[in-house]
Amino acid sequence: MSVLTLDPANDPILERRRLIREAAAASVRRRKLSSTIALGLCWVFLGLAVVPLVAVIAYTFAKGIVAWNADFFTQPTKPAGIPDGGVSNAIIGTVIIGAVATLVTIPFGLLGGLFLAESDGRVASAIRFSADLMTGVPSILIGIFGYVALVKEFGYSGLIGAFAIGMIMLPIIMRACETAIRGVPGHLQEAGLALGARRFVIARRVIVPAALPGIITGGLLAIARGVGETAPLLFTIFGSQFVTWNPTKPMDALPLVIYNNSQQPDPTLLSVAWGAALLLMVMVLALSIGSRVLAAYLQKERR
Amino acid sequence: MVTDDTKPTDGERRPGGRRSLPNGAWRAILIVVAGLFVALVVWFLYSIVDQARPIFSQLGIGWIFHATWNPNKNQYGLLPFILGTIETTAIAMVLAVPIGLGTALALAYLVPPKVKAVLGSAVELLAAVPSIVYGLWGLVALAPLWREYVEPFLSSVLGWTGLFNGSDDGVGLLLAGTILFIMVLPTMVAISRDVLAVVPREQVEGAMALGATRWQVLRKVVLRDARTGLLGAFTLATGRALGETVAVALVIGNSDYIAHSLKAPSATLASLIFNNFGEASGTELAALFGAGLVLLVIGLAVNAAARALVRGRVGAAGGATSVAVA
Amino acid sequence: MTTESVHTPPAGAGADVGLSTGEVFPDRHEGDVVMRLRDVAVAFAGRTAVRDVSFDVYNHEITALIGPSGSGKTTLLRALNRMHDTVRSAKVTGSIRLGDTDVYGPDTDPTLLRARVGMVFQRPNPFPTMSIYENAVAGLRFNGVRKKGLLDEAAESSLVAAALWDSVKDRLKAHASTLSGGEQQRLCIARALAVEPEVLLMDEPTSALDPIATKRIEELIGELKDRVTIIIVTHNMQQAMRVSDQCAFLLMGDDKAGELIEFSATSKLFSQPEDPRTLDYVNGRFG
Repeated sequence: MSVLTLDPANDPILERRRLIREAAAASVRRRKLSSTIALGLCWVFLGLAVVPLVAVIAYTFAKGIVAWNADFFTQPTKPAGIPDGGVSNAIIGTVIIGAVATLVTIPFGLLGGLFLAESDGRVASAIRFSADLMTGVPSILIGIFGYVALVKEFGYSGLIGAFAIGMIMLPIIMRACETAIRGVPGHLQEAGLALGARRFVIARRVIVPAALPGIITGGLLAIARGVGETAPLLFTIFGSQFVTWNPTKPMDALPLVIYNNSQQPDPTLLSVAWGAALLLMVMVLALSIGSRVLAAYLQKERR
Repeated sequence: MVTDDTKPTDGERRPGGRRSLPNGAWRAILIVVAGLFVALVVWFLYSIVDQARPIFSQLGIGWIFHATWNPNKNQYGLLPFILGTIETTAIAMVLAVPIGLGTALALAYLVPPKVKAVLGSAVELLAAVPSIVYGLWGLVALAPLWREYVEPFLSSVLGWTGLFNGSDDGVGLLLAGTILFIMVLPTMVAISRDVLAVVPREQVEGAMALGATRWQVLRKVVLRDARTGLLGAFTLATGRALGETVAVALVIGNSDYIAHSLKAPSATLASLIFNNFGEASGTELAALFGAGLVLLVIGLAVNAAARALVRGRVGAAGGATSVAVA
Repeated sequence: MTTESVHTPPAGAGADVGLSTGEVFPDRHEGDVVMRLRDVAVAFAGRTAVRDVSFDVYNHEITALIGPSGSGKTTLLRALNRMHDTVRSAKVTGSIRLGDTDVYGPDTDPTLLRARVGMVFQRPNPFPTMSIYENAVAGLRFNGVRKKGLLDEAAESSLVAAALWDSVKDRLKAHASTLSGGEQQRLCIARALAVEPEVLLMDEPTSALDPIATKRIEELIGELKDRVTIIIVTHNMQQAMRVSDQCAFLLMGDDKAGELIEFSATSKLFSQPEDPRTLDYVNGRFG
């Protein structure tokens, strides 16, 4: 194998090549070291990012599972000192408020998303913009809004809590629906139109089913977000020691119990708080993971 | 199923739109719904402003920057809380930028494909944990650690900066900032990773083919290409941090005075409202709404900037991947 | 190991030797060998993509890799500058030598190697956040060259060689995206040339360009012979005929792996190919 040769006429190139090779060889160790360090740091940071997740879940589990006994699920909250306390009223409250909020926001969010997906005008842009902004509003503000707007008139009730939670969920669902519907290929709608169907029917029979994975995912994530909120509930449902299935009355909810108990020095109450935290976390994580799994499954089902 | 509605209408001839507004009753329904949403937003904004009006008519605007908050003496000032909000957010972002960016780079370019999905989901799941749980965990699990180990350690190592004076309480700005960091990390990582991952492969390969090391490729090509989107991720995460309420309220120590050390207890605009709203009335109530208004303005401005920055790079970055805010 | 099919060469092709001795190559070139490939194979996750490749690349010559899609041409090309290193499932076997260097040897640094073996890609890929000048010197900077004088000199020289200097010399600070497609590709060629590689790999460099830009780049490639040795992948037979001195014809076998069917001087491969499959291909019967 012979050494490369070039004609003398190309000497400047040879000379430049030599200089470049020298610079490259001289710098390669430094460059590779920088690379190794920088990439190593990235790995370290990745590890750091996962640690809190594991820590929170593990700690909450450890502290919370201890509180999970029969009383916990069947007895309502009791003040400090009184035994056999549980969170049954809070569980019912969370479920009912979540259900009411969901039942109202899903159709509104779907229709709103459909509207946004169907129009590109300035009005639609403004609405889209406000939906995006509303997702960024601190939920405490929604809580105090719920108070001055409704509680002062109608008193504390689970319905107003559902309203506040719904306000948080609605923009999320709207945008998720819009994204999902925009993702439906245009030719599906055109085919429907060509067959002579009315747009409402097309929406119901063709577009919504096609967009269903995105809608369901968005919905589940919105619910997960909604039931985990504390601030909107604090000033709207007031809390209650009684088990009530009536949302027009004050109710309790898991986040509220956690908060209230965390402010008390009683270790039993604190333990109940951890139990509630674990339950809430399990619910929210189940919804989040479930939405992911469902999305992946539905994506595979559709070609 | 054949009806008159199939004839093209003005709506469908509108140029430029992929679809057009449908006609008839269906159109009416959609418009009503959209209108209701707008009405709700307007009602919300109006209420906040209206409730805050009394204090502004009493004290003008300057009170926002006064340093004393003492409703019993009819003194109102938001400076301690504005500072607290900024400081906790700053601590959170100082931690979130390098760690978030490093994690995003690792997820986008370093991690093998099989593990990528799992780890990515793990980080995103951080966002699903309710704020109250973070607050409780911070208060019960972390605060003692901060009191016993972290704060003394930082005081000894960084005390010369003058930022670490005072006693080791555990709760305070440091802990609140750290919890905030954990809470905004998923946002930072998820959006950064999306932005980094859409850098065209050809750019990456082009740099590699010139003899660049992996880090040179990441730094000179990938990070540069993704600049705008990364700035958007940063801004979005900052917006989340600014609005976080419950977790912060539980671990910040709730002092109404300007904090003079990173270890000191403090309060944010959000935690101020959270803690005092239940008992407030009259002028104090209006002042709390005033604080809410300030918070709203700051938060909206930051979020709007973030959306503008991110939308250009990745498309609809909003939607389903939301993070709990309070 | 033989990639020759067993049939007798047409009369008059006496200069070709080696059919029976296992030596594969027509022995007519006087030039030096720049790269030598022996039994090269590339596999991904155990599945072979291309195999049994052996040929020599001669100094200051243009070697074309041709064949229908799926025949492994690009996979083979990318093995030459170790672009498969980042693909975890990839395995390159056989021997690839650049001069005295074993390309896949344990002592060979891939980043230094890639400064010696440059690459131009199918779609022009100038760095969008950098100016024309910065693009041209990007490779130099990556390799640790700092001296402004050297950078300026290399930038001008490579832009001249890429026939771009005259149109950009007054706007070196402009963004690379202000150039047309053909100009961007020439910028990428200049960028690759600026580090003064010994070999330039080109992966279908004109397939994303319009015919006029294609023609200009083909002319350019011919002019670049004096400066670098070029290995070009092309699915365009006419281009291979116009531009290259030697051709390697690859074809996907029954096992879905590409293999080298024939390697010879371009004129011979197209007019009197040895292998019937080559004959079919150059006559347009498939691919």
